[in-house]
Amino acid sequence: MADIKKPKVDVVLVGMGWTGAIMGMELTDAGLNVVGLERGENRDTNPDFAYPKIADELTYAVRYKLMQNLSRETVTVRHSINDDALPYRQLGSFLLGDGVGGAGVHWNGMTWRAYDAELQIRSHYEQRYGKRFIPADMTIQDWPMTYAELEPFYDRFEYIAGVSGKAGNINGKIIEGGNPFEAPRTRDYPVPALKDNAPANLFAKAAREVGYHPFPIPAANASQAYQNPYGMQLGPCNFCGYCERFGCYMYAKASPQTCILPALLKKPNFELRDKSYVTKVNLDSDGKHATGVTYMDAQGRSVEQPADIVILCAYQMHNVRLLLLSGIGKPYDPKTGEGNVGKNYAYQKNSSVSVYFDKDVAINPFIGAGSGGQVFDDFNGDNFDHGPLNFVGGAYVSAMVTGGRPIGQSMTPDGTPKWGSQWKKALKDNYLHSFNIGTEGSVMANRENYLDLDPTYKDVYGVPLLRMTYDWKDNEVRMSQFVTEKAALVAKAMNPKAFTPHPPKFGDHYDVRPYQTTHTTGGAICGDKPSNSVINKYLQCWDVHNVFVMGASAFPQNWAYNPTGMVGALAYWSAAAIRERYLKNPGPLVQA
Amino acid sequence: MKKEKTPFGENPPPSDPDDKVASRRGFLFKTIAIVPAASALTATGLTSAIGQTPAAVKVAPGPDYQPRFFNADEWTFIKAAVDRLIPADNEGPGALELNVHAFIDGQMESGFGHASNWYMQGPFKGDASPLFGYQASMPPRELYRAGIAALNDYCRKNFSGKIFAQLPPNDQEQLFKDMDGGKIQFETVSAQWFFTFLLQNTKEGYLSDPIHGGNKDMAAWKMIGFPGARADFLDFVGPSDKAYPYGPVSIGGKQS
Repeated sequence: MADIKKPKVDVVLVGMGWTGAIMGMELTDAGLNVVGLERGENRDTNPDFAYPKIADELTYAVRYKLMQNLSRETVTVRHSINDDALPYRQLGSFLLGDGVGGAGVHWNGMTWRAYDAELQIRSHYEQRYGKRFIPADMTIQDWPMTYAELEPFYDRFEYIAGVSGKAGNINGKIIEGGNPFEAPRTRDYPVPALKDNAPANLFAKAAREVGYHPFPIPAANASQAYQNPYGMQLGPCNFCGYCERFGCYMYAKASPQTCILPALLKKPNFELRDKSYVTKVNLDSDGKHATGVTYMDAQGRSVEQPADIVILCAYQMHNVRLLLLSGIGKPYDPKTGEGNVGKNYAYQKNSSVSVYFDKDVAINPFIGAGSGGQVFDDFNGDNFDHGPLNFVGGAYVSAMVTGGRPIGQSMTPDGTPKWGSQWKKALKDNYLHSFNIGTEGSVMANRENYLDLDPTYKDVYGVPLLRMTYDWKDNEVRMSQFVTEKAALVAKAMNPKAFTPHPPKFGDHYDVRPYQTTHTTGGAICGDKPSNSVINKYLQCWDVHNVFVMGASAFPQNWAYNPTGMVGALAYWSAAAIRERYLKNPGPLVQA
Repeated sequence: MKKEKTPFGENPPPSDPDDKVASRRGFLFKTIAIVPAASALTATGLTSAIGQTPAAVKVAPGPDYQPRFFNADEWTFIKAAVDRLIPADNEGPGALELNVHAFIDGQMESGFGHASNWYMQGPFKGDASPLFGYQASMPPRELYRAGIAALNDYCRKNFSGKIFAQLPPNDQEQLFKDMDGGKIQFETVSAQWFFTFLLQNTKEGYLSDPIHGGNKDMAAWKMIGFPGARADFLDFVGPSDKAYPYGPVSIGGKQS
């Protein structure tokens, strides 16, 4: 029994990042009483992200002030099912969010729409390359929805977030300067693309010379003043160089704080409770219906919050952990392939090509927006012929210099000593004249990569941690080597003093130390039937129809793109299904 | 990490979009106000203030900082170590003259030194593959304490009773290389992890905002050309033909 039992509400949201804020707004608009539970603290642009204190690399980018405090909860990691997992004791490879706004406070802002071929990945590859092309251990599957179904919801999220960009395809008409491969959109981005900084200028020119099709990165960093449909006012991004890992002091980076929360928090039928750490979704005796959630409050008391609808809006890993802790769905077993909760955990495979110029080329790396820059998609998705290649997936290639913060973002050429006078000279000679071309690549689901509960390690309340079993597979190494070679051609075409590609090697194991990406996906995947998924196309649990699960835990496998555009679109798509169909007739929205 | 008060426990007042615009103008005004007029006048493309700054760097000797965490022997080591890792030379200032040793001492008393944001529940497997990160049970301040003692013991045994700080630069350099490469092992603590943190913290103290105690007078920023906390570059976004004309500012309001 909980120490405290609260009065019942219509909807309880677990987590107040992007999806919690979206769901809060959409469901209070439908007249529902909604409570948003957030395990971290409340925070807002002023005072928490205010200038000049926010311009502090050490505090925010190195010591991770805005992120999850791992002393309370973390995940454990192992490379294979035969290993004992070890706790992720310090943040490194991925940076988990915490507090109101979640990771939506300290993201970069790259906001993508999926390719139709990616949403239909298994059928598409089988049709184009034959059934034998996909290896047996690659457990990829089609998404249960199409791009055409999602288009209005991508549009909605982009207009809420004030995304800067250049359309490449409006209603089938290819637009010069945008992404020629993109799926048709019904209108252009709400604000024009950001200006190109020095690296983006050099990269785009060289990429065109090589024959690729660069375009401005779609960026949730407003290029000009913009008011969104909720009446929130965004200011113009000033390329301050303190974006990802920081909150935006300019109200220019889209976040729950800049785009949604001020409107939501005014509503009488919404209540935000911070420092409320949900440990369980409560089910009735037959396990088919959720009755609410239990959480620990700031004083360590357990509180029961009854609700008609429970929506998990936490980060991908936390959603999966809550399902496992609550006994919703059947845990995945990698030996038999049975069960779906925890299945198809995926990540992304990235690489870089470091480029060094002479002193007459002023890169000025500190002039950067979180998602400003140029990118090409010629080797992303299935935009190129995989027939002669032996891998599934691809990567985008970009020049996205987001800042020149000297501890974490300065570069010295390969072979430079790690300390001493030579290190200092290399730092000084190259700081203003170097940048990295990046490739960000897909990771296909594999039957051996998954999530479950750790048998040993516990959180601060004694509740089991989530355990990640993950390692790189050859498919991703082949993909990344291929794309890194293409990126190197662009580096060469820039005619630099020197450039160094950093492709991955076969046999490299997953290393939790260096930052790679926070785009962790899967574990509560969506699908067209209960046998292959945890949630249906409306993100509704197959097994417990009044539980919905937002976020990238829904991704059946991971593509190259940053997930937030899809996560935002899916939240609006799911909210529409709840408002238009579920409220009238609570029950499964898709018949099993 | 410094614990700072953040407002919580109640919903923030709903923001008025017009208020936001007003306060943003306030930010911009502030930023413009701290741009020094002199450097604006000398801004002429690639031969700008920044290009010429390193030769002009002059760093006054620091005050007599009294360590809060390190004892006298440890303090002697920290000073010798940061001086070896980033020595003063013709290229620019050394770690010692930028008070990097004081920065590290401050970090030992901070949340970082106490590992307050790290998962520190056992069981611990300190000898795990480095791919899983630092897995031992000692927070950084204990790791430094044990690491310094172990290294000085190692030096006494192998260098006729001398401690690290008494060795010539070449021997110090070789010891660091061997610690970094895993060729030296201590019984009480991982030499490799100790060195990893020592090097990382030294670079942090050299390159972070002076508010944290190192990078005195922003001298490391001046050396490389980083404008620090200016954080407002919309007028300078463009091709690679122009150097940025202004020197750095710090969070505390210092400018050059």
